[in-house]
Order: sequence, then structure tokens, then C-alpha cells
Amino acid sequence: MTQTQAFSVAALQGDEAVAEAVRQSDVDVVAAYPITPQTIIVEKLAEFVADGRFKGEFIPVESEHSAMSACVGAAATGARVFTATSSQGLAYMHEMLYNASGMRLPIVMAVANRALSAPLVLNADHGDMMGSRDSGWIQVYAENVEEVYDRTIQLFKLSEDPRVMLPSTISFEGFIISHDKERVRLLDEGAIKRFLGRPAPKHRLDPNQPLTFGAIANPDNYFEFKMQQAQAMKNALAVFREVEDGFEAFSGRRYGAVDSYSTENADRVVVANGCSAGTMRAAARALNAAGEKVGVLTIRLYRPFPAEEVVAGLRNAKAIVTMDRSFSLGAPSGPISEDVKSALKGAGLGTPVMSLVYGIGGRDLSVDDGKKIFGMARDEDQFTATQALYGVKG
Amino acid sequence: MSWKELEEAAVVKGGTSAGYIVSGWRVKRPVIDEAKCTNCLICWIYCPEPAIVRHEGTKVTIDYDHCKGCGICETECPPKAISMVREP
Repeated sequence: MTQTQAFSVAALQGDEAVAEAVRQSDVDVVAAYPITPQTIIVEKLAEFVADGRFKGEFIPVESEHSAMSACVGAAATGARVFTATSSQGLAYMHEMLYNASGMRLPIVMAVANRALSAPLVLNADHGDMMGSRDSGWIQVYAENVEEVYDRTIQLFKLSEDPRVMLPSTISFEGFIISHDKERVRLLDEGAIKRFLGRPAPKHRLDPNQPLTFGAIANPDNYFEFKMQQAQAMKNALAVFREVEDGFEAFSGRRYGAVDSYSTENADRVVVANGCSAGTMRAAARALNAAGEKVGVLTIRLYRPFPAEEVVAGLRNAKAIVTMDRSFSLGAPSGPISEDVKSALKGAGLGTPVMSLVYGIGGRDLSVDDGKKIFGMARDEDQFTATQALYGVKG
Repeated sequence: MSWKELEEAAVVKGGTSAGYIVSGWRVKRPVIDEAKCTNCLICWIYCPEPAIVRHEGTKVTIDYDHCKGCGICETECPPKAISMVREP
């Protein structure tokens, strides 16, 4: 990796890093409504507007449904558009999420994860994201503040690519990342703008040439419109790599769709996403230092699902543990587990998989928990057909 | 049509509904008995589509390309000059 520029270093909370990335990314319209733990993003952007540091239009809407609606309208004009939300806010946007993706509008949204009410809780799990998993949005999960900052910038490039034209989400755990202050190497604004260019959609709203977006489809062509979106998702897998190439070229930073940590020679591999990936790597590092053979596969890009890369990282494992920070009630296992098992099966691999659900409603996962989970993976009896709940009381 | 040929995002230009033929939606079609029709234009007012056509000097006619066969004109016609007839 070559470092081609000097960085300015700042101590930022995850939310602040998102706002900074948006300010630097030549965004035209932000329509957002505050909700904990995403609030700082909206506050910070409002502050930038007041200070004259953000030149885009900031629309303080009255709800998340309106936020996404305003984003849809703005994006249809060809503007670069951003919003942010959490939990109930994302749920309230739900129907508009499908309009954004169906109308092929490259909106970028930050989601500071928070579990859904009831009972009311402010802390993180991925239940909010998984609820919108099938809405046709690209989903990327970050595990630290700098990655949140970098991904926010990258997603404009990915979404606006003519081969993609799909909205995308940068997801990170509320409080754990949204409110945690970390060291961030801020990039040069000019370099970011050169990397991003400007959106150039095929269609844009223009009063002189009226268009209807997302006009009616009947049973004879709705399926085909969805096929186009599925193809765009497939394209996004390759474009994601190109975007990372372009970003690495000026920043020296790269994450990958999937990260494999000492999976080559590991007999036990844990699959995780979000901030727990780092925790599990710390646990793996300690165990490997003591002579064990364990690895961690981090899924950073979740939709589209990078099945080939996931399988490549798991090919040598004797036992796999999947970790879902969302609780799909009544399902055989969590969404990540089901995707991983499906990818393995598709590649002809019959490796035993233990499906863990953990960290629901913000329950903490420590490095010691990580070690315990690797320990559980030694015990064949733990590999049952049903999912195991890690850390539930009673 | 193949998904490769469809216009992405279901984007259509404005003013295209005039060219969109909905005659296939009908089960029954309205037929005007010209002898009973007084050209009062009640059907023209009530028709939810622009499917009743006014003319200078002659009585209203029906634009069957844009009539969806809802039957409101038959219900509202004061002299009962319109009847819904099953499409062949």
C-alpha cells in the first residue's frame, strides 16, 4: 500500500465521522430526522450548515417516512442525497426503501444500529438492518469509526455507478461505534471529490421534460423489473472491488467485502460482522498465541452477499460458528447463518455449522466471551440443528 | 418483454396515458341508444376516464380505447340511454 497524501488526524465519534464524510462528499441534499443513537449525525450536519461549512440543502423533515420520501424526490432530480436513521426510524421508512431501490435511486443512508421496541431499548443489535434486508438496498457493516468514515464516502461511488444505481446503507452498532471516539485519519476533500465525480443518472426529473419514475407494472413485467435490480446487485459485487481499488489508490486504505483472519490453517472459524469481528479477532489472536488454530471471517458487505469469498475463507475449516446479532424469531437460525450455510451447501461443503445468536438489545460481547465461543466450537454436541442463544439468562 | 429490454426503474415520459389502450380491461362495454340520448352530458361529467367524447352538433360517443367498462355511465344516465353489453 502506498500512502499518497498527508492525513489530518481527528478524534471523532462514529456519528461525527459520518457527518464529516458527508460534508466532504459534495452532497446536494440531506433529509433526515433525529433518532438515538444516530442523532449526532443530523446535529452535526445542521451545525455544518449553520457554520457555512456544508453547502448542500438540509431538510429537517417531520418523520423518517418523510425523510426517505424527500430523499427519493431529490435523488430523482439527479442530486447526491444522504440520510441517516436507526431502529424505529428505519422501520418507519420501510415502504419508501422499496421505492428508492425500485426507482434505482443511489441514496446513501447511515444506520446506527439499535434494537427495535417493544420493550424500548436504545442499544444495538442488527434487527433494524435485517428487517430491511430484502428491500433492495446494498448493506455494508463497519467495525470501527475510520471504516464508517471511509465506507460513507465509498458508498456514493458504488451506488451512483451506472451498472449499479441502487441505494446503499452503511451500518454500524449504536453507541459502541456511533458514540465511541476513535482516531480517524481524515482524507483530503479535493481528493474525495476527484474520486467521487458527480452523479450522472440516465434519467432525472426536469420540469421541461416530465417523467414518471416507478410507473405501474403489471404481472406481465413486475418480475422483470425485479430481475434488473437483482442483476444490479450482482454487478455491485464487482463494482465494489473497483470502488475499493479507486479508494485505496488515494487513501492507502482497503477493507474488502470479506476479511479472513488466520482462516488458512484454522480448524475452527467464526463468522461475524460489525464491531464483534474485532472482538473475535482479539480472542483468536490470544488463543492462537497459546497454540490453538482458530480464525475469524468478517462479512463486511452483506448485500449483495459475497458467497464465493465467504466460501473461499471457510473452505479449510473443520467447524464453523456463525454469529448473528439479530434474532429472527421462529426461524431455524439467524440470517447470516442461513446465508453462510446456503453458500457452503452451494459449494458442495458439508462443514458443521453452529448458529449463534448473541448481543441482542446491546448485550455486550467481551474478548472472554469470544474465547468461550471458540471453546464451544470444540464440542461436537454443540453443533445441533437449532440455533444457540449465547449469553441469554436462565 | 425480457428484463434486458425494459426501461430501468419503470421510467416513462409524461403524457403517455393517451396512448395507453385499456380496452382489454373491460368485461362489458357501454352502448348508447342514440334515440333515447338527450346529450345532457351527465355521462361525460361522471366518467372517471376521458372516455365520453363530446361533439359539436352531434351526440356524445364513447372512446372504447380508454373505456375500462366501469358502468358508471349506465347507472347515471337519466334517460337510461346507456346499457352495458358483455364483450364478445
